[in-house]
Amino acid sequence: MSLYRDACVVLRVQKLGEADRIITLLSQRHGKIRGVAKGVRRTSSRFGARLEPFGHVDVQLYTGRTLDVITQVDTLDAFGVGLVEDYPRYTAACAVLETADRLTAEEGEPVLRLYLLVVGALRALADRQRDASLVLDAFLLRAMGFAGWAPAVTECARCGEPGPHQSFSVQAGGSVCPRCRPAGCSSPSRETLVLLDALTHGDWAEVDRTQQASRREASGLVAALLQWHLERQLRSLPLVERRTSAGAVDRLAAQVREVLAERQS
Amino acid sequence: MYEGPVQDLIDELGRLPGVGPKSAQRIAFHLLAAEPADISRLQEVLQKVKEGVVFCQVCGNVSEEQTCRICRDARRDPTVVCVVEEPKDVVAVEKTREFKGRYHVLGGALDPLSGIGPDQLRIRELLGRIGSDDIKEIILATDPNTEGEATATYLVRMLRDFPGLTVTRLASGLPMGGDLEFADELTLGRALSGRRTV
Ligand SMILES: [Zn+2]
Ligand SMILES: [Zn+2]
Repeated sequence: MSLYRDACVVLRVQKLGEADRIITLLSQRHGKIRGVAKGVRRTSSRFGARLEPFGHVDVQLYTGRTLDVITQVDTLDAFGVGLVEDYPRYTAACAVLETADRLTAEEGEPVLRLYLLVVGALRALADRQRDASLVLDAFLLRAMGFAGWAPAVTECARCGEPGPHQSFSVQAGGSVCPRCRPAGCSSPSRETLVLLDALTHGDWAEVDRTQQASRREASGLVAALLQWHLERQLRSLPLVERRTSAGAVDRLAAQVREVLAERQS
Repeated sequence: MYEGPVQDLIDELGRLPGVGPKSAQRIAFHLLAAEPADISRLQEVLQKVKEGVVFCQVCGNVSEEQTCRICRDARRDPTVVCVVEEPKDVVAVEKTREFKGRYHVLGGALDPLSGIGPDQLRIRELLGRIGSDDIKEIILATDPNTEGEATATYLVRMLRDFPGLTVTRLASGLPMGGDLEFADELTLGRALSGRRTV
């Protein structure tokens, strides 16, 4: 039995038995860890709400036979506090966690770069300074870079011919020149390609200059690229509340609000 | 490992929520030693629970009839509705004997990681009730965890500017019997934002 300690982000929590939980952690030095938090569901637990999703925590564990056991937790950043108070940010942050979980199949394999990307994205979402949808897309692009799936946006994905090129192919991995162009390409606007490049490199001054239409188009391309590479669809991505979305529930809410307003007058 | 049916029983019991392998074994041997009459009674209720229990068409709580006992009870205030995640939460609030209004059971919390969004919960049904019945107050009593908080945030944003409707949230803060210095940031934050004048 050996004791170790690491900085981690809580990716996922699952119930185990009567009062325990299995906590999936993305750690700074030990990759993905699945640890047991005993008694965490009791209100008297010393872990409190520290092991809830989005928590950035300093964790002490000892290696168990199948799962490691969490013995101590200190909060580094309580990102969850700001996130649960803003639904679009909460849904975007869920997509960050699910993506990180899916990109780290191997437990115990160090993934420092992904860990830093996740902490950075959660911090940006919790700070509420930048648009949640843009922060998510920047994270997804960089996470794809981590996985070796970075889309080509400034050159041809196949031959490397410098662009910008008019055609874009999700299957080919991004922009394609007229010679390499496969069937079924889309033609995103020039500004959308600029935005994808700026998001990848964190050039926020450039990002802020872009129009809503380009942002919508970029979000669509990022989602399509990610889904193309992942075996199974992400569950959270379609549920992210983007800037333009008004679902069936929102439309019904607007109708009920009108009915009540009429009744009042 | 035990032979045949005993192990099967232990395995089945072990799949139930909250039952670990040790408890499963304990329950299995308790059942083995039980009177045949007790076992038949258990068999009967297990059968009934699947066949006889329906969900209340109004509030979504478990019920024996199309409308549950609470929704049928004329003494309960129909203008105040307490919104909870699960039927077991109705039981928890009922036990306090503090609440005289009605309920609305969402059937879970907004949890994108499990693929649960607004369309998967009984939010449309709640809107329908607010639109057609004379509801004056909605009390949000979702779980005090990440998903429950996010669900309350979503509902507050949706219902906030409904004319003539008051939306309240259960006060949640520090558990009784604990020391302030041991409270985690999430709990302490909630307790601070829900503070009141004394
Ligand atoms: Zn080419
Ligand atoms: Zn009912």
